[in-house]
Amino acid sequence: MISRRGLLAGGAATAAGAFTRRETPPPTHAERARVEPFHGPHQAGVATAPQVHAVFVGFDLRKGVRREAAVRLLQLLTDDAARLTQGRPALADTEPELAADPAGLTITFGFGEGLFEAVEVDSPVRPLPAFETDKLDKRWSGGDLLVQVCADDGLTVAHAVRMIVKDARSFTRVRWTQRGFRGGAGGETQRNLMGQVDGTVNPTDLDKAVWIGQGPAGMRGGTTMVLRRIRMRLGTWDAVDRVAREFTIGRRLDTGAPLTGRAERDEPDFDRKNHLGFPVISEYAHIRRAHVADPAQRILRRPYNYDEGLTEDGESDSGLLFASYQADIDRQFVPVQRRLAEGDLLNEWVTAIGSAVFAIPPGCAPGGWIGEGLLG
Amino acid sequence: MFSRHALMLAATVVALAGCGGGSTTASAPAATTAAAAAPSSSAAAGLSIADPWVKTVKKGMTAAFGTLVNNGDTDVTIVSGTSPLSPTIELHEVVESGGKMVMRPKEGGFVVPARGTHELQPGGDHIMLMGVTEEVKPGAKVPFTLQVKGGQPLEFSAVGKDFAGGEEDYQPGHE
Repeated sequence: MISRRGLLAGGAATAAGAFTRRETPPPTHAERARVEPFHGPHQAGVATAPQVHAVFVGFDLRKGVRREAAVRLLQLLTDDAARLTQGRPALADTEPELAADPAGLTITFGFGEGLFEAVEVDSPVRPLPAFETDKLDKRWSGGDLLVQVCADDGLTVAHAVRMIVKDARSFTRVRWTQRGFRGGAGGETQRNLMGQVDGTVNPTDLDKAVWIGQGPAGMRGGTTMVLRRIRMRLGTWDAVDRVAREFTIGRRLDTGAPLTGRAERDEPDFDRKNHLGFPVISEYAHIRRAHVADPAQRILRRPYNYDEGLTEDGESDSGLLFASYQADIDRQFVPVQRRLAEGDLLNEWVTAIGSAVFAIPPGCAPGGWIGEGLLG
Repeated sequence: MFSRHALMLAATVVALAGCGGGSTTASAPAATTAAAAAPSSSAAAGLSIADPWVKTVKKGMTAAFGTLVNNGDTDVTIVSGTSPLSPTIELHEVVESGGKMVMRPKEGGFVVPARGTHELQPGGDHIMLMGVTEEVKPGAKVPFTLQVKGGQPLEFSAVGKDFAGGEEDYQPGHE
């Protein structure tokens, strides 16, 4: 497989080598384009290196939409995704030029409990249990169908969302739209709006931790997704000095290294004590509460920041779209969230205000459609 | 270098090879998804249609679109069309008349040049369903047959798509 970074590196080498050969044209925009495959055993947009922009759209099925209509909907949306992600216009695309640069576009579909009910199939997912720290708002929670659109170009994302929504609206109503962004630098862990590196620890063996390998055939090769909208109170976070911020998380702000280590990827030493006999990484530090020792039990985090605008007084509406993917929500996600809810220093500044759970069906082959194994 | 141009080129070659084979064809893998309703080709004429779709409608008039592809060495003329959905189907063009765009039956039908294509698109030539008797739903597959002058008919199914455009006035009785 030829990666985009490989291509870029190759391009850079060519450019350097061509220093004296002025007739060599620089690569065109289209030649530099990042194209993520659509077809395959897994849907793209989960293990895919996170793109810069994301829009998550939660849809509810209209009354009366049952299996026959849901199949038509999913066939239409699969076709749109298969074309747009490869840099081709959607069928009946009104702005085909906007499809020319896919910019790493991925379009990922998730099914909520309500969709399974409508098509009379046992749901592999259910809402999360209640957590004491949550302040969930209906307008950011639930949904029968999730469409996750990610790309490195905001225009590409906007066009894809528009084409998807045009095909979906006969069957659905939009329940919520959540927009997010990440820092662009390739390879580095992104930083959230509190300034912390966010997403350092992820599973390495996705076949164990993320992709579903057992149970009903229709979900094998799929996964589950939890999308939490986590509001950050940046106004009060501003009052916290760096030492306290690092104590809260258990990591250095500059390097992202655990307080017991030197580099971001160093394993935290949760047993180490300071000269007063207290743990260097507090009992209630975020990374201790979130820590999962067994890599096969870890969740795959693919978070995006959100920053929606300002009040008259300059207070921001900011936070994190915490998207996590795991083979088993009850076994992998819920225990971590429970520990965080019970006592995470960070809770003073962050609150989940939205929560939604989706089954992410496996990918499909050319000619197939997403959800085929469940509804077909 | 593994460029996107090369990818596109490969897709095009696949499409042409598919037409020549005379079986179901597709411009690229995506076009073979169920939603894109397998386009067929007329083996004798080397004629096929890529990406056929039909505008959704409850009843009455609507239109079908796509790209007609002629892989043969002679021009192909499409003279008429049928679909179980509408007792009357016309082959239309859109022209300016009295300062506005109107559609009307295209004299002589659609000519698809040898080794060439003919676009059927909103605002241009299209297959007009004059009296749809059953709702065309989004994602539905609607069967069509196009009659080819001196050749085998072209059969395909077009996928229903919600679409806001293609609302030109109809100017009947064009001679």
